[in-house]
Amino acid sequence: MGNASPVYGGKRCFANSETMIKRSVFSSRTLPYLLILPQIVVTLTFFYWPAVQGLIQSVMRSDPFGQHSTFIWFSNFVTLFTDPLYLKSIGITLFFSMSVATVSISTGLFIATMANRALKAKAVVRTLLIWPYAVAPAISGILWLFLLHPSYGVVALAIKRWFGVDWNPVLRGSDAMFMIIMASAWKQISYNFVFFIAGLQAIPKSLIEAAAIDGASPFRRFWTITVPLLSPTLFFVTVMNIIYSFFETFGVVHMMTQGGPGGATNILVYKVYQDGFIGLNMGGSAAQSIVLMTLIIGVTLFQFKYVEKKVQYAG
Amino acid sequence: MKVRKLLIVIAVAVSLVFLAGQVMAAPTTINWWHAMKGARGKVVDNMIKAFNDSQPDYVVVGTYKGNYDETINAGVAAYRAKKQPHILQCFEVGTQTMMLSGAIYPVYKLMKDEGYNIDWKGYLQPVLSYYMNANGDLMSMPFNSSTPVMYYNVDLFKKAGIPMLDKTKPVTWDELGEITAKLVKSGVPGGMVTGWQSWTQVENYSAIHNIAFASKANGYEGLDCELLINNPTVVKHIAMLKDWFDDKRFLYGGQKFQGPKAEFIAQNAGVYIDSISGIAKLKKAVKDFKWDVAPMPVESWMKKPQNSIIGGASLWVFEGHDKKDYKGVAAFMKHLGRQDMQIYWHKETGYFPITLAAYEQLMKDGYYKEQPYQEVGIKELTRRIPTKISRGLRLGYFIQIRNIINEELELVWNDTKTPQEAMDNAVKRSNKQLREFEKIYK
Repeated sequence: MGNASPVYGGKRCFANSETMIKRSVFSSRTLPYLLILPQIVVTLTFFYWPAVQGLIQSVMRSDPFGQHSTFIWFSNFVTLFTDPLYLKSIGITLFFSMSVATVSISTGLFIATMANRALKAKAVVRTLLIWPYAVAPAISGILWLFLLHPSYGVVALAIKRWFGVDWNPVLRGSDAMFMIIMASAWKQISYNFVFFIAGLQAIPKSLIEAAAIDGASPFRRFWTITVPLLSPTLFFVTVMNIIYSFFETFGVVHMMTQGGPGGATNILVYKVYQDGFIGLNMGGSAAQSIVLMTLIIGVTLFQFKYVEKKVQYAG
Repeated sequence: MKVRKLLIVIAVAVSLVFLAGQVMAAPTTINWWHAMKGARGKVVDNMIKAFNDSQPDYVVVGTYKGNYDETINAGVAAYRAKKQPHILQCFEVGTQTMMLSGAIYPVYKLMKDEGYNIDWKGYLQPVLSYYMNANGDLMSMPFNSSTPVMYYNVDLFKKAGIPMLDKTKPVTWDELGEITAKLVKSGVPGGMVTGWQSWTQVENYSAIHNIAFASKANGYEGLDCELLINNPTVVKHIAMLKDWFDDKRFLYGGQKFQGPKAEFIAQNAGVYIDSISGIAKLKKAVKDFKWDVAPMPVESWMKKPQNSIIGGASLWVFEGHDKKDYKGVAAFMKHLGRQDMQIYWHKETGYFPITLAAYEQLMKDGYYKEQPYQEVGIKELTRRIPTKISRGLRLGYFIQIRNIINEELELVWNDTKTPQEAMDNAVKRSNKQLREFEKIYK
């Protein structure tokens, strides 16, 4: 991934070819800007402009129609961070994303390890395992609801009848949380699987064989050889999973619990939607968006700083 | 050469005349954004078509913009971009936001300005009163209005030896307690379920018993109102429901209608409280048992129960269009209130006819003899002149407040809080929202 790419190698290549073939050089200074203009326009209109709007909105108190707006400094943020429910929502989000990441990474890794061993029908197995990733989060939510809804979920009715489990995600927060974690992690397992299987194949067989000859058990081989060599992938996947569970799980929550019961599954992105879109509280939800934006900038920086380095170390 | 020139001249002349004709004869377009889809959407389209066919000057174009939340957001975004439609359908909880927005042309004013002298007394008062300002002026045109009623499973009632319920005289909550106890005893997994618990068990409960939901006449008389739902009567009602929940007389099926409806259809509950718009849904979905409709239960001490309050949506007119457009908007509003349109709307969708004349005509035609279900809601809604308390609710951030009430109620059902704690907390949290809302319009 981070290997010397042709772009970096361009200089030498250029020096060599100059003597051999004729190259056309564009001397115009404006042309390059003109060429990247479309991309810049797209980025500015669809990314920066809304972000700036959000920033402005977050320091205003205004009605939805924009007729009554007052500048109130950081009052929206103060309200936010003194609201016990927002703090609770942060806690819920952290728990939720950690759980989703743990479940989907461990399962993904397990399946990848298994699939890496299977020799026959490897391609078929891999393709089948990748499929769930193509399912949109909202659909994933509906599918799992058909399994787990206490009134009409097939699995829910079965475990209630045969095992006597008192399953009620409509009323019990922990059940609802379990349900959205399952639905969110399920989809992400495929994604992790793809990266893990690629990572596993890059590990030299000879290392593992050598360890096997030295008498290391399969678990030990996995722990002392596979895991360290897989760590860059693991790190990358962790970051991606956290971003996923923070932002893209909206559809799952929207379809399954709408943040309930009693706010037990009200994760941060869902709260933004509830306060802004449904509740038409523009300032408050803009402030929440800014918090989320800061968070994602942090995660991304973190990823660039550490993940990129580690990948090179592995390569 | 000459011929060619002549041809060009003729062509230009013809196209000019054609264009001019187009401009002159083009009827004014009136845009109406609504949230009615499926069967209701078709009814809306037919009502629009009837208007468009009846006159040559205006063409109303109805556009489905998604559910209520999506429709109001579409309206907000359009207004900010100065591309607002003439008419926007907005659900009842958004009334306060729309009213204060400064973006609307009040309907009473529009009709007066355009020379329509409408006798508002001829309308169902509990419907109108929800959309009036403190002075009793109508701010938006009621469109689809419903109210909660109580559905019950006739077969399960028979099996448990419970007599059928009256369609006009409500049962008391105590009687319902006995009924649900009998149901549970006869083997039904749950006694009653309720859809939209905040709307049916707190908002309507308060209105029917003439208990203030919020101070300042439920918010009609000032933005500085506060919630009052932690009063002893409401808390006692919630505590009673909690007792019922514990001995299975009350089954919780979720905040909206899907869960509770599913429980009723699956015969897991014998009684189901929900909007009259459930009639059409149950007619379609229930195949294996008979059901009937009764008015909402009332406490035994309430000798003269008040009207229930409505849910649904109304039509708001946006400001900022041409004068001649508003002539058309007014004509269209008048058209929607016509007796035949109201009868058609009521028959097809189950929503109330909003004029008394339409209701009386339907009675004369014997419609309610054929469709006795439909009349239960109307009778419940119109049984008394609305008081300042039962006429409706006018709260800012009402959507959030409903959410808060729903959350706190769930915390009662799952044993996290006592009814008193939950209602106290709901009031505290809601008042915070109300103060935030108040600040916007200061």
